[in-house]
Amino acid sequence: MARVVVDVMLKPEILDPQGQAVQRALPRLGFQGISDVRQGKRFELEVDGPVDDAALARIHEMAETFLANTVIEDFVVKVEEEK
Amino acid sequence: MTARIGVVTFPGTLDDRDTQRAVRVAGAEAVPLWHKDKDLKQVDAVVLPGGFSYGDYLRAGAISRFSPVMESVIEQAKAGMPVLGICNGFQVLTETHLLPGAMLRNNHLHFICREQKLRVESDRTAWTADYTAGQEISIPLKNIDGQYTADERTLDMLEAEGRVAFRYLDTNPNGSLRDIAGITNEAGNVVGLMPHPEHAVEPLVGTGRTDGLGFFTSVLKKLVNA
Repeated sequence: MARVVVDVMLKPEILDPQGQAVQRALPRLGFQGISDVRQGKRFELEVDGPVDDAALARIHEMAETFLANTVIEDFVVKVEEEK
Repeated sequence: MTARIGVVTFPGTLDDRDTQRAVRVAGAEAVPLWHKDKDLKQVDAVVLPGGFSYGDYLRAGAISRFSPVMESVIEQAKAGMPVLGICNGFQVLTETHLLPGAMLRNNHLHFICREQKLRVESDRTAWTADYTAGQEISIPLKNIDGQYTADERTLDMLEAEGRVAFRYLDTNPNGSLRDIAGITNEAGNVVGLMPHPEHAVEPLVGTGRTDGLGFFTSVLKKLVNA
């Protein structure tokens, strides 16, 4: 079984208040030197059958219509090595 | 004969009962609609009420958008049926792309629940005809994902076409771009806003004002006169 990962991030121009809150908490916790944090979502999809072009096209469609809201988010689809 | 206004219940919807009551207070018949049911029971208009449909999993409104009832609502909305999305309902309408833009977490990350002043910017929608443009109203606001966002081009288009229906007054509670509290589609039949008119329809409860009743009387007049 192969795993496909879809990473969803807010677009660079969209304000990320959660990422900002994380970034602001870091110095207080003793973690220095981080100037910016952006928070996103990671989806791990276990795919039945081969991850061929057709399967990837369907996953791309899934990400575009459902996993990400492309008004505010970008996504990247990655195939992980079979274990 | 009066108008029949459908009120959708998704799993996690909270304000369906208040919305049904507001519909009745305005003089229309409230028709409960179930998320799994494609049948709209021949209603004349639909309200998508507030709450946390599907637990706001993935994104607020993202899963509700694909429910059977929404297939029919989207189809009818495109054919001109009046649709109002309140709070979570507004989030559903942006996820369906019946309304442009998207909702983000409030810029201060807190849930807010309070009375909020608004200016009604457009009286040319199915849901605001009983107000006058520029009228100030005060109704409850309660959400955490209330920050309206869209790209500059979309915002300019909304302004130019008079499609900003409501703007926050005095203070911007959540970082919404251009103080936008609610918008309408081009035809004026689909309206979405974050604050809750259905909680302000009777003097005894809520804010003690009836500033929200106009939403429901507006659509009723439109339907009865149609």
